[in-house]
Amino acid sequence: MTPLASYLLVAALLFSIGLAGALTRRNAILVLIGIELMLNAANLNLIAFWRFGPHPEALTGMMFAIFSIAVAAAEAAVGLGLVIQIHRHAKTTDLDAMNRMKG
Amino acid sequence: MQETISFTPQLTASPIAEMLWLVPAVPIVAAGIAALLKQPRRKLAATLAIGSMSFSLLFSLFAFAHVLAGWTHGLAIRETVNITWFQVGNSQVELGWVLDPLSAVMLVMVTFVGLLIFIYSTRYMEHDENYTRFFCFLSLFAGAMLGVVIANSLLLFFMCWELVGLTSYLLIGFWYYKPSAASAAKKAFLTTRVGDVFFLLGMVWLFSQTGTLLFYNNGAGSLESNALLLLLSQHAALGLTAAGAIGLLIFAGAAGKSGQFPLHVWLPDAMEGPTPVSALIHAATMVAAGVYLIARVYPLMQAGALAGGTTTPLIVVTWVGAFTAVFAALIAVAQNDIKRILAYSTVSQLGYMMAGLGMGGVAVGMFHLITHAFFKALLFMGAGSVIHGCHDEQDIRRMGGLKSDMPITFLTYGIGMLALSGFPILSGFWSKDGILEAAQHWSVAKTPFYMLVFGALLTAFYMTRQVAYVFLGHWRGHGTAHESPNVMTVPLAILAFFAMALGLLGTPAWPWFHAFLEGRSTRFEWHILVEPGLLGLMLTSTAVVLAGIFLGLKIYGDRSPKPEAPDVLEKFAPMPWRWLRDRLYVDEFYALTVIAFYTWWARVADWLDRKVWGGAVASVASVFRGWAHLNRFLDANVVDGSFDKGCDEISSSGGLLALLQTGRVQTYLRILALAIVVLTAILIWSSRA
Repeated sequence: MTPLASYLLVAALLFSIGLAGALTRRNAILVLIGIELMLNAANLNLIAFWRFGPHPEALTGMMFAIFSIAVAAAEAAVGLGLVIQIHRHAKTTDLDAMNRMKG
Repeated sequence: MQETISFTPQLTASPIAEMLWLVPAVPIVAAGIAALLKQPRRKLAATLAIGSMSFSLLFSLFAFAHVLAGWTHGLAIRETVNITWFQVGNSQVELGWVLDPLSAVMLVMVTFVGLLIFIYSTRYMEHDENYTRFFCFLSLFAGAMLGVVIANSLLLFFMCWELVGLTSYLLIGFWYYKPSAASAAKKAFLTTRVGDVFFLLGMVWLFSQTGTLLFYNNGAGSLESNALLLLLSQHAALGLTAAGAIGLLIFAGAAGKSGQFPLHVWLPDAMEGPTPVSALIHAATMVAAGVYLIARVYPLMQAGALAGGTTTPLIVVTWVGAFTAVFAALIAVAQNDIKRILAYSTVSQLGYMMAGLGMGGVAVGMFHLITHAFFKALLFMGAGSVIHGCHDEQDIRRMGGLKSDMPITFLTYGIGMLALSGFPILSGFWSKDGILEAAQHWSVAKTPFYMLVFGALLTAFYMTRQVAYVFLGHWRGHGTAHESPNVMTVPLAILAFFAMALGLLGTPAWPWFHAFLEGRSTRFEWHILVEPGLLGLMLTSTAVVLAGIFLGLKIYGDRSPKPEAPDVLEKFAPMPWRWLRDRLYVDEFYALTVIAFYTWWARVADWLDRKVWGGAVASVASVFRGWAHLNRFLDANVVDGSFDKGCDEISSSGGLLALLQTGRVQTYLRILALAIVVLTAILIWSSRA
């Protein structure tokens, strides 16, 4: 097993855990945490492909990962803001109760 | 005889001629303001009307004085002011007004008689609720009539002429709630319209030939020699020149307005209007407009006459006039309504004027017009005073003995009656003698002379009969008669003075009026009066008048017959009496011919309308209706059906797809994840193969 394969395996595991959390949890904050996990699995893949790729001396993969983390941070802030607003409005963070977004 | 001093023509317009339009304009503006007043503003309406009329009278007197001053200095004044109304292609339509002796004399007569009648009406109409409307119409009439008088364009003349006809209609039908008044107004309007159609035709013809409707325009007018020569060179049908044919057409219009046979039928019925209206419109002014028209276009009527000769239009005018004079006088003998007698008398006198114009020229006819205006207005206002005093009674058989009850009215009425009969020295004597003298010397035939003398006998007779019925004998009506107030009797007295004195302006010894109108000088010559020919004529006419009055007094005198008893003459000759009483059946004749024809024609038109045109329209309509039904069927079953089906499909499939959208975020995410798994499986599977 090459070092790349093991990194990819860890990343895939992390993604699966995040996906399972996002699909099964009812609490909106826990779903957000699952999404963050999936994002970080992707970041891990980016770093791994860069480190074991043909041009490790160019800092492309790292730059990509840093951007991704910054975007994720912004996204988490927006998501948490939305969750707080919904909580204030509906007094709950249960996703099954928030089914009004349909035509 | 008189030496003729040649008068120099004066054509440039003086300031007074430039301002002449004010004379008709002021009463019309007053009428406009009065039309906006509310009913209770009675004083203001009367003040406006009388004020505007006084202004017109004053201005007319200035204009008359101006013309008179010119005449005494040997100037034949004919001042015109012309303006272009509008232009069509190369032809201009022009309006204008003229100040000459003819229009000046008429202006003074119309405004003076009009003013007196306005003042008289303030009392006569006192109890009418539509007082303001009455004065509005009267002012409008006066303005239109003054427009007729000053017009220098046949078009302006015609416009004002029609306005006069309109106001006549409005005033005859003033008491429109009386069916007889409403139908009399309609009759007057339609009968005069018959004449006006011919008038309009003549006008159009004149315009097409000469290219102008102005009477006088420094040599370019339609009544001046160039245009007349042109008209004489054109030949119309039946050996007439264009001038002759146009003259006849214009005379037809004049005959309608002036109540000449056979268009006289409206005038007696017009007496349904208020009495001041009868006096102003249907005795003094409007009916004289036809005579004035002939006098105005006299150069056209006379065009082509050889020395001492006459022309076809003038011969027609004479015969129609003479026949009307006798015809209407005959009918007047057997009437019992005080105003109707006067109405037929007016028709008869208008016949005299027409005959005078036809045989003796402008001055002879116009002189009778002016004197007649005064004494006929006097008679009508006297009749109004009698009607007022007898509590709206108009039947002379239910009056009588008013001599002592209404002394002022009796005196003035007597003067009017004598003037109308042609009693010596009074105005009617001189003007009627002028006509008789012209008839005596007429070159064509002597018959009109005898007709007119017979008419004079009848006139004296029927007027005596009327006066005997109304004023002599004893009272036969209901209640008691009373004299009218001063507002009514003072105008009577003023008119009576003129009815006596006015004739002195046109005696054969001093024919001032004729000289003034014709633009020559005159002087006083006693010896003409005693020339055998003229003296004989004057003695004859005096004898005729005295015979008429004597007969009247002899037959009707102081008898005061019972209202129900048949007339003295009826006992003597029942059959002719009945004919005369029924107005010689002219109305019935029209009812059987013209009106029956129109009724029949209206029925035919109605039938055509209902069956032929109506049927055609209905069949076209039914074709379209059938087509519309087919369209509706196709629309409902084909177009709508397919469209509805499509809509149903879209709606149901939308409902199915809406099931997918639950609104739960995690459901969407699960489907997404499942889809990725399936996609990945397919990718792996396909790369393997």
